[in-house]
Amino acid sequence: MADQPRILFCHCKYARVVPDEVKQGVLDGLCQSGRAFEAVADLCEMSARRDPALKRLAAGEEPVKIAACYPRAVKWLFGSCQAGLPTDRTEVVNMRELSVDDATAAVLNDTVDPNLPADGSVAATEGEKKI
Amino acid sequence: MAIADETTLRIVLYEGEGAASLNSADRGATVTALLEQGYAVTCAGAGAVAPADDSALLVLGRFENGQAPEAEDANGIVKVAFRDITGLDAEGITALVETERASTQSAKHGEWKPWFPVIDFDRCTNCMQCLSFCLFDVYGTDEDQQIQVQNNDNCKTNCPACSRVCPEAAIMFPKYKSGPINGDVVSDGELNREKMKIDISALLGGDVYQMLRDRSQRSRSRFSKERSSDKALGERTKCLTKLAAEADIDIPLEVLQSLPSADEIAKKAEVAKAKAKAALDSQSS
Repeated sequence: MADQPRILFCHCKYARVVPDEVKQGVLDGLCQSGRAFEAVADLCEMSARRDPALKRLAAGEEPVKIAACYPRAVKWLFGSCQAGLPTDRTEVVNMRELSVDDATAAVLNDTVDPNLPADGSVAATEGEKKI
Repeated sequence: MAIADETTLRIVLYEGEGAASLNSADRGATVTALLEQGYAVTCAGAGAVAPADDSALLVLGRFENGQAPEAEDANGIVKVAFRDITGLDAEGITALVETERASTQSAKHGEWKPWFPVIDFDRCTNCMQCLSFCLFDVYGTDEDQQIQVQNNDNCKTNCPACSRVCPEAAIMFPKYKSGPINGDVVSDGELNREKMKIDISALLGGDVYQMLRDRSQRSRSRFSKERSSDKALGERTKCLTKLAAEADIDIPLEVLQSLPSADEIAKKAEVAKAKAKAALDSQSS
């Protein structure tokens, strides 16, 4: 299916901030679905390494679903490696906040609901004050 | 070798033509085991996957007759190897992959908890406060004098102090427990909109500690608990104390020897402050 989104799953290996039952449930759902997907051990580690794979994961014309954590964090984990995600076709499924059922359903649903913060959306313009 | 210089071995779990499918339980166990070892896995199936890059590629499959094909990248760029996993359980597969990783001299994962600041450039005003505050040279500037994280492996694990002093809540630690430091939405209530600039040399003087305490008490109702300057100072002190006790971590010897001397910390802070000032002066000129 041409418009089927690519799926990227982050295992958040190096911290316990994503509940185990959620990330394992989502991963099990992906493995049972027969869908193609990319799974990475830890997006933070890839970003720290400036891993070139982030560029290929962000590239392409298809919409992308990313099962990870907060959209703002995911945006800049990629962005800090010059691997900007397309804000108009990227949906981040936040496994820190969603239940296993909701997260799995969101990942496997072909409808993409873009939710990255818009570029420059909250840049401050006010002056600064010294103490 | 710096972590940013290490390459990552990529694994493809192949179940297409010429290979048998794994049942979902085996697929799940295999992928989980590989992720736990720090690898990235592409599961081929229905739908698109990301295009290839030039990293080394290891293709695993239950190939016909137990014979992995021999092939090479037509463009001669990607080092690619095929390995048969017929009859191997998840543990056996990870052992096989580890052997391949070692032979390709790819990165060994799991040796460093990825704790480092991530800058939200939608929020960042390039004020250099983080550069001034951090004593560990985590921050620097690029050729355009834009703040950037330059030495992320210098960052002290579990220390989010710089994010607390960022006047725009633009610094995230995605593995932190709570928002907005973890990347959660920054609400107006959480953001201390009073732009606080801390003079780092003054910060090390007793009067300023008292001033900060007074300030904190005065504005407690406006300050988020997670963004207080007192808490940031406390975390810096905690990190410095920890450093002094752990002489085998990758911190310059002169820094270790100086800790926790306030005078030496002051010198270090002055250098950071000078770097920040130079960057700001360059922006305005």
